[in-house]
Amino acid sequence: MSDAEQPTDASDVTDVREEETVSDDEFEPVQVFPESEEMDLRPGSDDCYKCSTCDTNCPVAEVDDDFPGPKFQGPEQWRLKRKEDHDVDDSVMSCSNCMRCDSACPSDVPLSQMHNTARGEYVEDQMEKFSREYVRNRILANYRTMAELGSKVPRLTNFLMGNSLVQAANEKLLGITAEREFPEFAEETFREWWDERGGPQVRSEDKRVAYFHGCYSNYNTPEVGKAMVRLFEHFGYEVVVPVQRCSGTPMFANGMLDDAKRAAGVNVENFSGLVEEGYDVIASCTSCSMSLRQEYPELFSYDGTASVAAHTYEALEYLRLHEDLEGALESAEVDAGEFAYHAPCHARNQGLAGQAVELLDGLSGANAEDVGESCSGISGTYGWKEEKYETSMKIGEEMFEHMEETDAETGMTECPTCAMQMEHGTGYEIRHPLEVLEEALVGEGSN
Amino acid sequence: MAIEDDVTVIGGGIAGMTAALAAAREGAAVRVLSHKDSTLRSASGLVDVLGYPPRSSDDERGEGSASEESETTPDGPLADPFDAIPALPESHPYRTVGVEGVREALTLFDEVVGDRYRGGHTDRNALVPTHGGAVKPTARYPASAAEGLASDDRNALLVGFETVTDFDAPLAAAHLESAGVPFVARGATVSFPGDFRVDAKITRLADALDADERVSIEGDGYTTELPARKALAETVKPHLRGEARVGFPAILGQHETEAVRADLESELGAAVFEVPMGPPSLPGMRLEGAFLAACRDAGVRFTTGNPVVGYEEDDSGAVAAVRVERNGATIPFHADQFVLATGGLVGKGIDSDREGVEEPIFDCHVPHSGDRYDWFADDAFGDHPFARFGVETDDELRPLDAGGEPEFENVRAAGAVLGGYDFAAEKSGSGVSLATGRTAGRSAASEVTTYE
Repeated sequence: MSDAEQPTDASDVTDVREEETVSDDEFEPVQVFPESEEMDLRPGSDDCYKCSTCDTNCPVAEVDDDFPGPKFQGPEQWRLKRKEDHDVDDSVMSCSNCMRCDSACPSDVPLSQMHNTARGEYVEDQMEKFSREYVRNRILANYRTMAELGSKVPRLTNFLMGNSLVQAANEKLLGITAEREFPEFAEETFREWWDERGGPQVRSEDKRVAYFHGCYSNYNTPEVGKAMVRLFEHFGYEVVVPVQRCSGTPMFANGMLDDAKRAAGVNVENFSGLVEEGYDVIASCTSCSMSLRQEYPELFSYDGTASVAAHTYEALEYLRLHEDLEGALESAEVDAGEFAYHAPCHARNQGLAGQAVELLDGLSGANAEDVGESCSGISGTYGWKEEKYETSMKIGEEMFEHMEETDAETGMTECPTCAMQMEHGTGYEIRHPLEVLEEALVGEGSN
Repeated sequence: MAIEDDVTVIGGGIAGMTAALAAAREGAAVRVLSHKDSTLRSASGLVDVLGYPPRSSDDERGEGSASEESETTPDGPLADPFDAIPALPESHPYRTVGVEGVREALTLFDEVVGDRYRGGHTDRNALVPTHGGAVKPTARYPASAAEGLASDDRNALLVGFETVTDFDAPLAAAHLESAGVPFVARGATVSFPGDFRVDAKITRLADALDADERVSIEGDGYTTELPARKALAETVKPHLRGEARVGFPAILGQHETEAVRADLESELGAAVFEVPMGPPSLPGMRLEGAFLAACRDAGVRFTTGNPVVGYEEDDSGAVAAVRVERNGATIPFHADQFVLATGGLVGKGIDSDREGVEEPIFDCHVPHSGDRYDWFADDAFGDHPFARFGVETDDELRPLDAGGEPEFENVRAAGAVLGGYDFAAEKSGSGVSLATGRTAGRSAASEVTTYE
């Protein structure tokens, strides 16, 4: 076990199996104002000294001259909308929720939290609920609902969604771009595979993780989930896969906070019990882990939210912390070749940007070259919207170019929608680092 | 087992990256832990070594009167910073690394930035105009600022843009003249050509110049489209009255600065220079890019996005790991040696409240008076003790505890977290960061037993 779980000092507040968000004896300026029941982002807003560094880091503002940038969307908007005669500006819907502004800010202003709340308010109060945009966004944000239906008859759905007439209709009727290839549904979902194999193959009292597979690795790329399970079982972990809903990422990005809140409620309930029993939460999608780690505690206050956040890890990060992963990789070998690696924004924000490249450095037969800091541009549902498609591709251009400049012909990333964009822009096949590691350490032929 | 390196550097500014680079070049496996994007994005891009001699602190001078002060303190900028280093107070970080240490660090810097910087040909300080119209003595300056030096007697036109509010060209020109520069400075404010939003980011304008995008400009009753560089030159031409050089705020491209400048020069028939700006600063970003690339080439690993909040000790009392905080969980990063390069009061490497001043990660001793009214001087631009708050070190840059013993065998400090100097008053920020960063990095690497 690593020291992350065994604090040397029992009173160490950094170890959280129990709830601990804000220490209550600390004075907050807002306490002097009455009715501070509602979320009040004023202290964060007051921390902004208008240096504009966030604006220079925003991938949307970089290519879309009409977008006023994160400084406006966050602290400025917050101030404006505190006055009753100001509505939330509709430009907030052009923010893609990449959350890069958070790491750019030298003053710890909670920008993405402000964007999420402003967007939620905008959708709630100002968006016409029968509009094409609302309906479309609701459908995109609730991908899981669609996916669940579609994956019941994967071949039929794949055939239909691959049909250009259907795509044209989607664009005309719903505003979902026809430029993109709809992701294929797997013939067997991850959960079906999981049930089929009879659940966990390893039982352990002290090495136990609960897998948050998210929608995409369940319905579309179960091979990622399978690789994760095999890898963790190889290291002696008991893996459980509790019932779960969408992490909420696409809902935050579309201002569907009520939907996100419901999904978060289910997830927190199902995972916090396991955390109490000593399980840590593992995700293979960096937006899912970001959501559980940062957005849940920022936006919701279910019992257990903070402990789930504190115990959620990205899968590779977890193995690095608790196992001698580098040592294991040094003595392993694989025939995988060169990869052009793109770090998703939500991996970057969690401090995981260099991890896959570092790990493959030590593995013979595989190498990953980082294609740089640029955002892929798809940002989940963003690049699926007809009116955002072009912006999305403009943002991605730098990444496509860098991918093509490398020796690699295969891409690599942890984020399923970044993968879609990488494939769409370059035609490369894209793999998840977990798949390569599983191939190296576990090998073919396991179930 | 957790993540393990030979040397872990905490802080991704110029001190941290220099330490990492120096250690990696000695063969150590190095990781940089940085909370946010590098603060170099907020830096002017000027590299000062020592612009002004420090005002001697009270204990050395006693209750001196104003007239005595003017006798002991030479006014005006220092011509040769290296000359002045041996006379600095004992507590100054330059005294720890020595003149040679400073020179070696600048050599390292010159190698990292290549032809992007000037000033390496001489020991003497250059005088670079700033966006406020002050003249700053500095040791190294971006090549793009070279034509703007205040020691040059060619007349200058400063051009500001209506929407780039941090640079008021007429005001800056007036300030320069009152600073006694040997040339006539004039300022003009124009609107940046093209149809950009009024609050367009400076990076957006820089990108337009980089790509030489076609922009539409209004003529006499007609509209025409021109490449951005030519359009900018056309906008400036009517304001030019024979000045031999033209200065712009530092937004001349993120990547193609030299090409943008060359095009403007040939269109305008005058030398063109950039005036360094406040945050977000393109010269700072370009410098960050150069250091990042050098670090990556040397094999330095970067982990950014979360703050270091504490440490773990081993049995011998040395630091075994530092802990990075992330939503309530802490992730340990193990190493043999650590370099603390977290910045000073502004960079939050030194923290203070009404009760005291502290170094928050290792809780290193920070000398300061128990009475907080002693922390500052009454005069706003006075000789403030708080400006020199920071850790004291031994010869190897290891922070010292209250008893004068190293806090830990394997922790060194570099940059603004060090005490004993006032970088703002003496204009020595980057120089101290480079010199102590290099020394701390090399010294840490020399302790690492695993490299061959």
